[in-house]
Amino acid sequence: MRFGRISSLLLVTALLSIAAAGCEREERRFREVPPAADQSTNVVQSDLQPGPSIVATATQHPYDDNAYAIASGKRLYVQMNCAGCHGLAGGGSIGPPLLDDKWIYGSDPSNIFSTIVEGRPNGMPSWKGKLSNDQVWQLVAYVRDLSGLHRKDVRNSRGDNMAAVQDEQNRNRQTPRSSFEPPGSVTTP
Amino acid sequence: MARGVALVAALATLGCLKESSDDRPTREAVSAASASASGLPVIAPAATSADDGQWTMPQKDYANSRYSSLAEITPENAKNLKLAFTFSTGILRGHEAGPLVVNNTMYVVTPFPNYLYALDLTKEGAPMKWRYDPKPAASAQGVACCDVVNRGAVYYDGKIIYNTLDAHTVAVDAKDGHEVWNTKVGDINLGESVTMAPLVAKGKVFVGNSGGEFGVRGWIVALDAGSGKIAWRAYNTGPDSEVKIGPQFKPFYDQDKGKDLGVKTWPGDAWRTGGANVWGWLAYDPELDLLYHGTGNPGPWNPEQRPGDNKWSSGIFARRPDDGSAVWYYQWSYHDTFDYDGINEQVLLDMQFGGRPRKVLVRAERNGYVYVLDRQTGEVLSATPFGFVNSSKGVDLKTGRLIYATDKQPKLGEVTRNICPSSPGMKDWQPTAYSPRTGYLYIPHQNLCMDHEAVEANYIAGTPYVGMIAKFTSGPGGNRGVFQAWDIVNRKEVWSIPEKFPVWSGTLVTAGDVAFYGTMDGWFKVVNAKTGDVVWKFKTGSGIIGQPITYKGPDGHQYVAIMDGVGGWSGAIVAGGIDPRDSTAALGFVNAMKDLPAATTKGGMLYVFSL
Ligand code: HEC
Repeated sequence: MRFGRISSLLLVTALLSIAAAGCEREERRFREVPPAADQSTNVVQSDLQPGPSIVATATQHPYDDNAYAIASGKRLYVQMNCAGCHGLAGGGSIGPPLLDDKWIYGSDPSNIFSTIVEGRPNGMPSWKGKLSNDQVWQLVAYVRDLSGLHRKDVRNSRGDNMAAVQDEQNRNRQTPRSSFEPPGSVTTP
Repeated sequence: MARGVALVAALATLGCLKESSDDRPTREAVSAASASASGLPVIAPAATSADDGQWTMPQKDYANSRYSSLAEITPENAKNLKLAFTFSTGILRGHEAGPLVVNNTMYVVTPFPNYLYALDLTKEGAPMKWRYDPKPAASAQGVACCDVVNRGAVYYDGKIIYNTLDAHTVAVDAKDGHEVWNTKVGDINLGESVTMAPLVAKGKVFVGNSGGEFGVRGWIVALDAGSGKIAWRAYNTGPDSEVKIGPQFKPFYDQDKGKDLGVKTWPGDAWRTGGANVWGWLAYDPELDLLYHGTGNPGPWNPEQRPGDNKWSSGIFARRPDDGSAVWYYQWSYHDTFDYDGINEQVLLDMQFGGRPRKVLVRAERNGYVYVLDRQTGEVLSATPFGFVNSSKGVDLKTGRLIYATDKQPKLGEVTRNICPSSPGMKDWQPTAYSPRTGYLYIPHQNLCMDHEAVEANYIAGTPYVGMIAKFTSGPGGNRGVFQAWDIVNRKEVWSIPEKFPVWSGTLVTAGDVAFYGTMDGWFKVVNAKTGDVVWKFKTGSGIIGQPITYKGPDGHQYVAIMDGVGGWSGAIVAGGIDPRDSTAALGFVNAMKDLPAATTKGGMLYVFSL
C-alpha cells in the first residue's frame, strides 16, 4: 500500500517534469530561473556519491561577478544581521566563518542559496518567505565574495566603518576544497 | 590558626540554625559578635551552608562565598597533589560549569547538548552511574551569543535541577537519572536561551533568560521545585505590574522612584527589546527573605537608539522569593553604553562599616568597581576600582550614579578609542570567592580595553541586535588576565598574579588557606591565599574556564575538581573556530585573543585531585 503510493507519486512527478520540459521549448525567458528553484539543477550536499559521481559544475547565478549585486549583498548582510552571527568580515562568531575555504554545506551558489532559504540545523535561521529570491542571490554573491571567489575588479571599495579585516579589496581567493580531483592530483598553495 | 578554626566552627553551627523569624535577634547578635571578634567580614550566617563535605550548588552557599571549611590541602602540602581520576564529557565547547557532589555522587553538566553525568565516587576511578540527555533543540546554538555554555546545576530535594540552552528547566532524579519534570521557560525564536545556573530557595527554582545581544526582554521566573509549574515571572523592563514593582518597592535613590520607569526611561516601545536579562548569579538571604539578582545590559549596544536610563537594565534587584515583588533596585551603569552587563555574583557578608555592623553585599562589578552595598536597602557604601578604569570617573555616593567619562562615550559612525575596561568589563561572569579567614575577596578577571563604533542595529527577532563594532585590546601592562586578592575592609588590592590571557575561570578558597583557579592556556593553579604564591600547578589538556570545587570523598579525604574545555566569549575563537582575520568577530573579543589558538585546543575533561 505504502509502496504503491510512493511509486505513483514518483510517476506523477516524472510525468510532470516531462511536461514541464516540453513547455520549456516555447517559453521566452526574460530572466533566468534561479538554479535552486530549477529542477534540473542538482543541489548536492555530499561529495560522496554511490556509483559514478555527477561531477558538480559550479552553478552560474544571475549575479556572479556583478559589482552591484555584491554591494547590495553586503548591505543586506548587515541589515539582515548575518553580520551579527558570522562576523562583519565573515570571520564567524555564533555561526561558522565565511571568509575561509571550508564549507560545511557547500560553496556552490546553489548550495549557499539553499543554506540561506532553508536554514541549517545547528542554528542557521531559515529565511524562507522573508527575503525575495533576488535578495537571496545578492547575499549569495556577497557570501562568495567574502572568501574572494569573485574577480577582484567587482569587489566593494573600502567600507566607511572601523575596519574588521585588513585590506578588504585585496583578500586572496580561498579556493574551496573539492574531492572531485582525480587521485594523485597535487595542489600547491 | 586556632582562632580561625574556632571561627569556622562557629560559622558551621550558625549555618545549622533553623530558618525561622523568631530566632532573628539572637542570630543578629551572634553574627555582629563574630564579625567584631576577628575584625573581618563574615559570610552572612543565615546564608552559609552547614555541610562542607559536599558541594550542592555552584555558589557553594546562598551567600555566594565559594568558601569551603575543608582544610586538608594547605600551601605546605599542595605540592603533593595527585590526579585521583579524570572523566571526558565528550563535548568540545566551553565548559563553564563546576561539578556538584552530593551523597558520594558527582554530577557533571556539559555545555550544549547539556548532558548530565552521574559518577560514583565510592568506586575506584569514579565510574559513570548514568547519563541524562535532555535533547535540546539544535537550533538553540544560533541564539547563544557567546558560545553554548552552561554555568551549572543545583541539587535540591533528591533532584538535580538545571537549564538547557533551548530555554528549558529540567529536574532529574539524582539517584537514577530519570527526568522528573521538564518546563519550557523561554522561546528560542525570540532569541531567548538559558545558560545560567538556577538557585533553589523556599521550594522554588529561580531561572533567568539570556539574550541581551538579541533584543530579548529580560525576566526571572520561579518554578515550583516539586512540579516544575511556573509560580511567577517578573520582567526587568516594561510597566511596573510586569516588573512586579508595587507597594513593597523602596529603592534607596531618587532616580529609581516613580511610576513605570521601565517604560518611561526608554524611547517608545524600545523596552520591549531592551534586554536586562538574568543570566548570571543569584543569591538569597533567608533572614531578610530577599532574593538578589543582577540585570543584564540594555539592547541594542548602540546607545543612540535608546536615550534614557534604560531601567531596569545593568542593575540589581532584591525581590521576595514568594511572589517576585521588588523590594529595592540599584543601577550599576545607568544608560549602559559599554555592555557593562550587571549580572555578576553578589557575596553576602556581615561586616563593620563606618563603625557599625552592616549587612552588605560585595560585588566585583563589570564597570570596574568593587561595590559594597547595604543589602537591606540598596545603599552604596563604597565603590572602589579594582583595575584600570577610564570609561568612568567614579561613583557619586550621594546619588549612587556612575560618573561616565564623556570622551569615552560611543557615537554613531565615529570610532572612540582605548576605552577601559572593555565590554566584558573588569570582570565578567567568572565568580569570586571570599575567605572569612583572610578577609580577602579572590577575583579572577580580565585587563582589556577596546575601540568602539556605534552603527545602526536592526531588530529581527531571533537574530543579533547589537549595533556596535568593537575591537578589544590588552589593558595597561599587557597581561590580559589577573588573579587578585582584594582586602574588603581596607578596599585595596593585597596581591595579584598577572596572566597572559583573561582569567575566565571561577575560583575557590578553603580553610586550608589555598585558593584555586585555572587559566585559558590550561594551567590549574593552587595559590597561597595569604601571600599569592603559586604553590602548585597542573597542565590540563585544554584551557580552563570552569569553576573549581572541593569536597570530602568517601575515604574522608579532601578532593578538588576542575573541568577544562576552553570556550565562552573569550575562548570563542577556539571553541567556535573563529577566523582571527576578522578582528570584530565575537563582538570584538577575537582581536584580543588571536594567539589563543596557538596556546590551546578544544577539550572537555574533568580532573579530580587529592593528596
Ligand atoms: C542567528 C545566527 C545566524 C544568523 C542571523 C545567520 N546565520 Fe548563517 N549560520 C549560522 C549558524 C549557526 C550556521 C551553521 C549551521 C550548521 O552548521 O548547521 C550558519 C551557516 C551558514 C552558512 C553555511 C556555511 C558553510 O560552511 O556551509 C552560510 C553560507 C550562512 N550561514 C550565511 C548566512 C547569511 C547570508 C545570513 C543572513 C541572511 C546568515 N547566515 C544569518 C548562524 C546564523
